[in-house]
Amino acid sequence: MEIFLLNTLNGLSWGMLLFLIAVGLTTVFGVLGVLNFAHGSLFMLGAYLCMQTMQFFDSFWLGLLIGPLCAVVVGLLIEKYLLKKVYDRDVSYQLLLTFAVLLILDDAVRMIWGSGYHVVEPPEILSGIVAIAGQDYPVYRLFLILIGPVIGGLLWAFFHYTKWGKIIRAASFDNIMAEGVGINVPLIYTSVFALGTWLAAVGGALAAPQQSLIPSMGEKIIIESFIVVVVGGMGSFPGAFVGALLLGLLESFGTVFAGRMQMAIPYILLAVILLVKPNGLFRKGV
Amino acid sequence: MKLLRNRWFGPAVLTVLLLLAPLLISTYSTMILSEILIMGLMAISFNLLLGYTGLLSFGQGAFFGLGGYCAALMLQAGYQNLFLLLLVGMLISLLAALVVGFFSVRLDEIFFAMITLGFGMLFFSVAHNWLDVTGGSDGLPVFVLPSLNLFGTELTFYDPLNMYYLVFSIVLVGVVLLWLIVHSPFGLILKAMRENKQRVSFVGGNVQLLRIVAFAISGAFTGLAGVLFCLFNSMATPEFMHWSFSAKPVIMSIIGGTGVFLGPLFGAGIFFLLEQVIILFTENWMLFLGIVLVPIVIFFPQGVFGTLRNKIFREGAK
Repeated sequence: MEIFLLNTLNGLSWGMLLFLIAVGLTTVFGVLGVLNFAHGSLFMLGAYLCMQTMQFFDSFWLGLLIGPLCAVVVGLLIEKYLLKKVYDRDVSYQLLLTFAVLLILDDAVRMIWGSGYHVVEPPEILSGIVAIAGQDYPVYRLFLILIGPVIGGLLWAFFHYTKWGKIIRAASFDNIMAEGVGINVPLIYTSVFALGTWLAAVGGALAAPQQSLIPSMGEKIIIESFIVVVVGGMGSFPGAFVGALLLGLLESFGTVFAGRMQMAIPYILLAVILLVKPNGLFRKGV
Repeated sequence: MKLLRNRWFGPAVLTVLLLLAPLLISTYSTMILSEILIMGLMAISFNLLLGYTGLLSFGQGAFFGLGGYCAALMLQAGYQNLFLLLLVGMLISLLAALVVGFFSVRLDEIFFAMITLGFGMLFFSVAHNWLDVTGGSDGLPVFVLPSLNLFGTELTFYDPLNMYYLVFSIVLVGVVLLWLIVHSPFGLILKAMRENKQRVSFVGGNVQLLRIVAFAISGAFTGLAGVLFCLFNSMATPEFMHWSFSAKPVIMSIIGGTGVFLGPLFGAGIFFLLEQVIILFTENWMLFLGIVLVPIVIFFPQGVFGTLRNKIFREGAK
């Protein structure tokens, strides 16, 4: 029973992080039609920029605020100077271009901060442990379980109740029609990419106190985010939520029932979903 | 110009150059050239899917690795026959590709890329974790290379020069076979499916089956490249099956040009040349690879070789 509870909590906290990253990826795909290979690198960049900000100001909260904003600037440059040129090109070119961005970002971070590990301390208020089921459990993970739905809820409200959110949904539904009724679609694309970058970077900043920072930390998470996005349904907001939690829990419980083959679980999930429900669990729609 | 536009001129010159190259370049360069040829074979087999059938496979590493592991396991078990190694490696990869293909080909575009990536990583997970058979992350070393009895002379492949000619011959056979496939009626149907699979279906083509066959052929030749690489490298490691390895033939094909049969081979050459040049002055070769890839993707829609070739042909036609 204790093991069940602890695994559930672990799965949820990892799932919430995955959700933040995957929701950015799925929104960018839903609107721009580009599956961004470099999304994981933006996650990694967010973590590093958060760490750097903390070295300047010695506050995790400032790091969480400023780090992702700096990452957004990088995201804007990527969209404006690179991605824009390949919107009407074949999928393989888009994947390769964003893959090139991944290579550049990963190596650039390696050059700036070195290839060794970096550690980020959680803020004092969240650094403690609580007793759950007779075990010490880090408060920070509980915080992650809470912050995920908060950001997710705000995003959902943004998409459904604000004018901008509705415009973005319109553009993702039919960008030609949206342009026809006077919506500045290129501007929407840029903003959505910035939003996606911000979400990835916030995910990175939030992940920073939980795992050590290395330049390759984005490479593992990008594949898992791909899986979440495909499982949930490409472009689907609720799909990203359900997919992320499902994957998080499966991986967490996988350590119990699958042992060493736990590593294969995400790929089995991906293959099964693609074969049974090729459109993912939820159909398209932001 | 007329000679240049003859379809046999380019390949003939290339073959002669590759035959003579080891006599003119250093041993180190010869080894690089062997690697280019092996990866070139992998990239051309991959391009049978991307360039000819319109399927972006992101899991080719699985078949490359299967070929490699097959060779390593057989050598460890004492099977020394070179042709047996090549044949079994190809067959196992073919069977695996049939299974993966059976499930994957019903999907298109990005979904196809994702499911092949998933299957590839599934193979990677097995190779990485099945310690007893695959040696886990350390990989499987090869201690004894097979030898070949050629007209009474026993050839061994510890010498890089012999290894090069082995690689060269096998790759040449593989590429010629692939060329024949691409230019057969079957190859034409593949191109038709790339353009419009509904129409192929309307005129009675079994799209699923044709795609599975294409996927299996591609997997088999990728496995062949994997066997060669295992011999060349004296090692099979799980890295062969990782998605980042599967990305290599994608990069090479797009650099070289997916619309030209030999484009991916040129892409492989450019890829390794870039690597060699870049590591001369910096360790961060990925960064520079990325920086080089960006303009290639943006400004060379048919790949470097494809775009240049189109230029030559068009100007020649004026």
